[in-house]
Amino acid sequence: MGDVTPVVFGLLCVAGGLGAAARFVIDGFVRERTSGALPWGTIAINLSGSFLLGLLTGLVAARALPAEWQLVAGTGFLGGYTTFSTASLETVRLLQERRWAAGLLTGLGVVVGATAAAGLGWWIGALV
Amino acid sequence: MTPEARHRPPHLRPAYLLLVLVGGALGTGAREGISLAFPPVDGIPVAVLVINVVGAFLLGWLLDGLARRGPDGGRRRPVRLLLGTGLLGGFTTYSTLATDAARLLGDGRTTAGLTYALLTVVVGAAATFAGIALAAVTHRSREARGG
Repeated sequence: MGDVTPVVFGLLCVAGGLGAAARFVIDGFVRERTSGALPWGTIAINLSGSFLLGLLTGLVAARALPAEWQLVAGTGFLGGYTTFSTASLETVRLLQERRWAAGLLTGLGVVVGATAAAGLGWWIGALV
Repeated sequence: MTPEARHRPPHLRPAYLLLVLVGGALGTGAREGISLAFPPVDGIPVAVLVINVVGAFLLGWLLDGLARRGPDGGRRRPVRLLLGTGLLGGFTTYSTLATDAARLLGDGRTTAGLTYALLTVVVGAAATFAGIALAAVTHRSREARGG
């Protein structure tokens, strides 16, 4: 993995801010268009971000992309874009409302799905 | 603020976007700083696990505490967006969790990969619950003091 120089660290932070802003916009957009108990915005963000980080990691491992991309676009942008704390809060709220199936799906279902998505992305990236 | 801007949903207002961006940049920097200081142990990113669990605790505490003080408006919304959506959203991460779990599974370390992913989710949920409980307790003691 590339060295975290001050410049790379600064870019990584800015990328993380942009990723968080992208999450805010996409979550708001999805919220306006969906109803029901499941937090589709966070689910879609975490699944898509996990797939993209897997893909990026595969591409860097295959040396199709320089290692700094992993830090800035991966750790920075996709790290800021995806979030664990909100996912955990939404899961707990569903469990507190005794919506067991929805809570298990957003908790355990998403971690299984996100891991599979990351693995799929990595596999595709390593093929390139 | 123009009438048009007042009716714009929060996620399309430049000032709110800027708060989330600044918070997200700070949270991401804190996550990377801690990750660099505490490298993975035997391939298991312990720092990311702790970051996600601590962030889950703090978000439960923050959002429940804010909700108990009143509706999401006034000063509460910018605080929620800067510290919750931005800072703690950027501090914690899901993509690294999923990619590291996939890497462990891909290396044939099935137990390590499953334990890492499931432990994060289960302990994270417990931490969120603890954060909410702490907000409830402090709110009750504040009310008892007449605050």
